[in-house]
Amino acid sequence: MPLLEVDSLNVDYRTVRGTIHAVEDVSFSLKKGERLGLAGESGSGKSTLGLSLMHLVPYPGVVAKGHIRIDGTDILKLSENEIRFVRGRKIAYVFQDPMTSLNPVKRVGEHFVELIRTHEPTTSKEEAFERAKTVIKNLGILPERINDYPHQFSGGMRQRIMIGLAIALNPDLVIADEPTTALDVIVQAKILDLLENLRKIYGLALILISHDLSIILERCDRIVVMYAGHMFEYASSTELHRVPKHPYTQGLLQSIPNIELSDQKLAAIPGSPPDMLNPPKGCRFWPRCFYAKKVCHIKEPPLIDVGHNHLVRCFLYSEEGASGE
Amino acid sequence: MSEVKIKRSIVARLIPWLTSLAKKGPSGWMVIFGIVVVLTLVIMTMIAPWISPYSPRARVGPIRDPPSVQLPIGTDPLQQVLTRIIKTPKPPPSPQFPMGTNHLGQDMLSRILSGGSLMLQISSLSVLVCFLIGVPIGLFSSYVGGIFDRTVSLVIDAIYAFPGLVIAIAIAAMLGPGVVNMALSIAVVYIPSYFRIVRSQVLSIKELTYVEAARAAGAKWHTILVRYIFPNVIPSIVAVATINFADAVLTAAGLTFIGLGVAKDIPDWGWDLTDGRAYLSSGAWWIITFPGLMIILLALGFTFIGEGLSELLNPKLQR
Repeated sequence: MPLLEVDSLNVDYRTVRGTIHAVEDVSFSLKKGERLGLAGESGSGKSTLGLSLMHLVPYPGVVAKGHIRIDGTDILKLSENEIRFVRGRKIAYVFQDPMTSLNPVKRVGEHFVELIRTHEPTTSKEEAFERAKTVIKNLGILPERINDYPHQFSGGMRQRIMIGLAIALNPDLVIADEPTTALDVIVQAKILDLLENLRKIYGLALILISHDLSIILERCDRIVVMYAGHMFEYASSTELHRVPKHPYTQGLLQSIPNIELSDQKLAAIPGSPPDMLNPPKGCRFWPRCFYAKKVCHIKEPPLIDVGHNHLVRCFLYSEEGASGE
Repeated sequence: MSEVKIKRSIVARLIPWLTSLAKKGPSGWMVIFGIVVVLTLVIMTMIAPWISPYSPRARVGPIRDPPSVQLPIGTDPLQQVLTRIIKTPKPPPSPQFPMGTNHLGQDMLSRILSGGSLMLQISSLSVLVCFLIGVPIGLFSSYVGGIFDRTVSLVIDAIYAFPGLVIAIAIAAMLGPGVVNMALSIAVVYIPSYFRIVRSQVLSIKELTYVEAARAAGAKWHTILVRYIFPNVIPSIVAVATINFADAVLTAAGLTFIGLGVAKDIPDWGWDLTDGRAYLSSGAWWIITFPGLMIILLALGFTFIGEGLSELLNPKLQR
């Protein structure tokens, strides 16, 4: 049984101006210890998808349809009190902005103590403190700094602390939502290495959310490419790197700068993501797609299996699309 | 601000704190001035029984005769002068009565020294009540949101719309005299200020990532409210509370002035204002001037602390 199973998930934001389908018909599964990458532009629904996995979609968002099963239990059917034991204990979340992710009036150690004692009420404060110290040491932070306040740490250190908080209870799955976006490049690599090391030590599964496809290609086993709430491509990272099928994925890969080809012009994808209140009819990518055909304007393409566990949502690979103009 | 610090001796901590405040510029000095004024008045009131020259209730000076005995105007000028000297409230300053006496022959200095006690009791109690009611309602209402929040806000805004003194007078008249009743009637006026400031703060804080992170880590909703949101609201409450203290002092003085205070035998600045008012026209300015000044001084002290603190604690106003 897979650790996590997402089955035709739909998340809507019901605003006064209309309903936004932020995540539409997304399905994937994750085995224990596997690394999944969620790639996509801003507003593609990747963070919403990540939060919905903990049933934490912010107001006015609702999970409109679908199932999220963790170890076989559908978390959408759990009560608010039951789901608290999924959050933090089974799934942990690392947020994008380390500068505001820690409570400014609480010492770092207190964050750990509170987390541990929320889920293990029998643990004494001293015990929890000792455990926090070991975790902090594993993060490469001096254990005595446990009594410092968040503002006394740098951004990179705070993100390491956030990762430490995420793994402190040894969860099965860590969702890292753009963990390095707010950090500079050198620290980025360190944080990602730390995440990878801890993942190996604790044997946890990882969902890495990023807009940077190169990071995800390097660090993940399987990749979901999101665009405007739709899952465009789902494949293993080697497969995706070797034979990207969707025009959008191809465009993304071409827009990664290559250090060996210095005179190469970066191929950007023209246009910008659609207005989610009025998404284009048919395929949501057609206004920006080089290969757009008539059928793309009319019908939403289905997810097509092109072999090797490689799914792609594009008419280029279907009978219907091939026969079109 | 944390409980660890309070455990140490207050005085031992106060002095280094004050010196560190002084380094923070004008608003730091404002806070220091306010603290010094308020502390002086509080200590003065507390030790009044030992330092006041007379009992504040005892008749020690000359009093004004009942009107029937008073000499008609136009009689012997010497007689008139004598009457003025002996039979009216004694003006200051004199070595015997530095602030003069009132129409009952009570020593004004002694009354000033001990007259702050009721005002301080009433205002601190009302601030406490405001805090204990306004802050939790604000926290809860704002955190829960939705229709509950809108209903509570509407009720609170309705109270807020009333002129403060009017509603305080109405409630005080309903409840009758007494320190607790006075404090309650003043509290009703100021609960909305606490509610509104807390509510607006919570609205922004609850959207911050660390609150989201706490929720993602499986924290209970009341843990999030008490441990994550409340401590970050405290700075703004402190500023409101001190300014509220000044308002409470003035409202308390106002209530006693119009006779809705406490039993008349307890010396009180507000009462002295009421009593002295009748004698102002006959030239006895000192009966109302000194209590009035004391009330202003106390309110000013609190205002200085409050304004200084809100400037110090507001990062937007810091240079």
